[in-house]
Amino acid sequence: MWQALRNELHPAGLEIVTVALDANPEAARVLIEQIKPNHPSLIDSAHRVDELFGVVNAPNGVWIDEEGTIVRPVEPASPERHAPPEWRRMADHPDIPEQLRETLKLATGIRIQGNEYVGALRDWVARGRASGYRLTPAEVMARSGPRGKAEAQAAACFELGQYLWDSGKRDLAPRHWREAHRLQPDNWTYKRQAWSLADPFQGPTELYDSCWAADVKKIGPENYYPRLKL
Amino acid sequence: MILTSLEVDPKEFERRTGWVLKPEGACKGETCVPLPHDMGSAALDARMLSQRLGMPLVHDGDTDIWCLGPEAQGRALTTAQAPDLILPDYQGNSFSLSSLRGHKVLLVAWASW
Repeated sequence: MWQALRNELHPAGLEIVTVALDANPEAARVLIEQIKPNHPSLIDSAHRVDELFGVVNAPNGVWIDEEGTIVRPVEPASPERHAPPEWRRMADHPDIPEQLRETLKLATGIRIQGNEYVGALRDWVARGRASGYRLTPAEVMARSGPRGKAEAQAAACFELGQYLWDSGKRDLAPRHWREAHRLQPDNWTYKRQAWSLADPFQGPTELYDSCWAADVKKIGPENYYPRLKL
Repeated sequence: MILTSLEVDPKEFERRTGWVLKPEGACKGETCVPLPHDMGSAALDARMLSQRLGMPLVHDGDTDIWCLGPEAQGRALTTAQAPDLILPDYQGNSFSLSSLRGHKVLLVAWASW
């Protein structure tokens, strides 16, 4: 979905780098190979971008200028205008499991600000330093997510769980992921990855205290992605 | 940073965390934290790094594997200088974000889930 935007803006100097946060790289690779992107398409099972940039959900985006300076920190990044219309159609279908119906209904209530986000991106690509969407280093640091003791420890727990998962000791990973979820409950990448490995619909399982639908209901789907501050 | 013992290789530590080891201590952005002077080029002690730099150290008792997490310095970014992200691309080739200097970059995290 980023490919068209990359083709539009690459001649003006923008490169798009996508980073897939999948524990199972094959799941991402299948989707990437369907698109055949001509931009770098990376795999990040251990969520290095959470640790290094403060990513907390997907899709999340970061802008970096020609000198390697971050000019907008992590924020919701979607090129889409609205939730896919088939989600609503599927949610109304009589034969789907109730868990999936609830998930789809919540998903259609998620705020998506693709128009605003892509408009800001086009402005920055065209105007560079003169763009009002480019933030100062002090603003970038202040707007980056919190990283107190709990968030730092959550990153370590997640990485340890992922290492054990990758090493074939899969039964040892969930206890570290549960701890990451407890320490940083608003990091959806830690939760979604763990839930999706236990249940493809990210529904309730014995392994985890919560699930996608329950946690989204708690905050309201309109707050799943924070409102863009452009 | 995954550790199989509490001894941390200095070069690996720099590569993995973005901290740079200088005579005045461990430095990142505007911050320099003094470290014990008697280390030379020997391995660093993970507990010392954890304590001095505010990096959590977590342990898996079954496997005796450790993980040294990122520093807790208040915000996810303590400098606006982009860290060098090095990851494999979907075909397995190593890619470094810093190779795109001279371009504007939109970095997008996504997942199949």
